Amino acid sequence: MLARDEDILKAAEDWRNAGRGVALATVVETWGSAPRPVGSNLVIDNEGNFLGSVSGGCVEGAVVTEAIDVIESGKSKVLEFGVADETAWQVGLSCGGTIRVYVEKVS
Amino acid sequence: MKLDILHTLNTERAARRAVFIITDVDSGAQRLVKAADIAGDALFETLEKRLRMGKSGMDETAQGRVFITVHVPSPRLVIAGAVHISQALAPIAQMLGYDVTIVDPRTAFASQERFPDVKVIAEWPDVALPPLNVDRYTAFVALTHDPKIDDPALLHALARDCFYIGALGSKKTHAKRNDRLKAAGLTDANLARIHAPIGLDIGAISPSEIAVSIMGEIVQSLRQKPARTAKAEAA
Repeated sequence: MLARDEDILKAAEDWRNAGRGVALATVVETWGSAPRPVGSNLVIDNEGNFLGSVSGGCVEGAVVTEAIDVIESGKSKVLEFGVADETAWQVGLSCGGTIRVYVEKVS
Repeated sequence: MKLDILHTLNTERAARRAVFIITDVDSGAQRLVKAADIAGDALFETLEKRLRMGKSGMDETAQGRVFITVHVPSPRLVIAGAVHISQALAPIAQMLGYDVTIVDPRTAFASQERFPDVKVIAEWPDVALPPLNVDRYTAFVALTHDPKIDDPALLHALARDCFYIGALGSKKTHAKRNDRLKAAGLTDANLARIHAPIGLDIGAISPSEIAVSIMGEIVQSLRQKPARTAKAEAA
């Protein structure tokens, strides 16, 4: 089923209330051609289940991995993806843009 | 994000009220501001602008750089007329994330069988529409061809400042409709807000094609023009 913004945020609340470790990733800045606008959300649980998107599918895998760290440590972080960061992250945006994603634990 | 902030956010969204989340991405400090409360907020001007634009983003403030997310209600579609076009328009709009409600007093048309998975209200507009809380995040289309149904529906949509208002009918039909609505007290500026003939000009012929042209015009109204001023809501 297609997830709308409110479905994603509702899932974050429901998953947390069900006792799962949950992180919320939000696109906070974009430069150039970015696949999803600022404010787009991806919710992730500690088993790697996710709903929503922060890109066209290019960087979600890396965000999920980082989010599981955030769930464990409780410390939020800012991730940056783009052409320049390809070597650092082993992922990049084929569209040529750069995005910054804020990942925080739901606690 | 604290669970209580997330809960309030979801509650406000479900009630179709705009809400902000303000985050210091360096420290993780976060707070929620309801649109109704921005007048007294230190960031009033910034929040007001973001609400009007419906856009989230980074802002430099006296407290440092913060990320402001503005959550405006999801768009909704109200259709007057449980007609053939509506049978295609409703599922298209639902696929685009719109909540869809169909109003038509003619019970032969407004049946759940004809519209599975859509909220259908078999009542006259004056009964059906007031409880729906039609707002400026609502697109409104009148498709019955029957002035007894379409006219009161359009008057309601204009009074509620819907972001898109469309009415089915040829130029000739629409000219007659304008005469009636003017007699009901509407100004030329009000009437200019009604998209008629309805839909983008893509040469649509079949009911499904007309539905696509209407939906395309609704998306254009939502995305190509900034959200109308929210001052009344913020005051």
